[in-house]
Amino acid sequence: MADSRSRPMSPHLGIWKWGPHMLVSILHRVTGGALTVAGLAILVWWLMAIAQSGEAYGKFSAASTHWAGTVVLIGLTWAFFQHLLSGVRHLMMDSGLGFEIGANKRLAIVTVIGSLLLTAALWAWILGRAA
Amino acid sequence: MSLGTSATPLGRVRGLGPSGEGGEHWLRERVTSVALVLLGSWLLASLLFLPALDQATFAEWLRMPSGAVPMALFVVIAFAHALDGMKVVVDDYVHDDGSNFALNTLLLFAAVGGAALALFALGKIAFGGQA
Repeated sequence: MADSRSRPMSPHLGIWKWGPHMLVSILHRVTGGALTVAGLAILVWWLMAIAQSGEAYGKFSAASTHWAGTVVLIGLTWAFFQHLLSGVRHLMMDSGLGFEIGANKRLAIVTVIGSLLLTAALWAWILGRAA
Repeated sequence: MSLGTSATPLGRVRGLGPSGEGGEHWLRERVTSVALVLLGSWLLASLLFLPALDQATFAEWLRMPSGAVPMALFVVIAFAHALDGMKVVVDDYVHDDGSNFALNTLLLFAAVGGAALALFALGKIAFGGQA
């Protein structure tokens, strides 16, 4: 790898004009990482808390209803929907669909708007139910 | 391995390409993603239709086969998919062989440990007897 420094590099981030497809590509990675690190940790914590005493669940419940905990959960919900929708977009592209510039951009924008709408709808329902 | 100039063009490049593996990893990432679309939708729908969001309701739901079995599948497949996804990210950014191997091994241990913890919790809820 030592001699690779002097070799030409292919054009990378920063040289291209930003577009929705680039945003969705990086969002897919970032949301996947967040769901892995924070999402799965919280899933395990939640299941362990249900399995243990009421006290352990009380701690989970207190953390998840604290405003900061709720912000994290809303963020992870958005990450889940964004990763789900951009993942379906990836599956479509894996099968050869949506490579035309117009369709590709439109599909990327749909995943971003869709994830925001689904997150808003879900949390309106949850918070409305708690109130 | 020197085959000299008498080797066919194919014989000369054989074994010099990329790793020669990875197709299964790529495909497994897609197959688990399709499974997670189904299981994720199930999880979301279940949470929406539960009568309440507290420990007693969750425990009762996860004691039934209709709750425990899909949740166990969700845990195993979510961790497998997360591990496959994180491997792609690590392989993209960590080029030093030693660090790459160390990081991927660490991720493997974390994923197997997390999944085991979640499955233990599910087993305790389903078979533990305690309400």
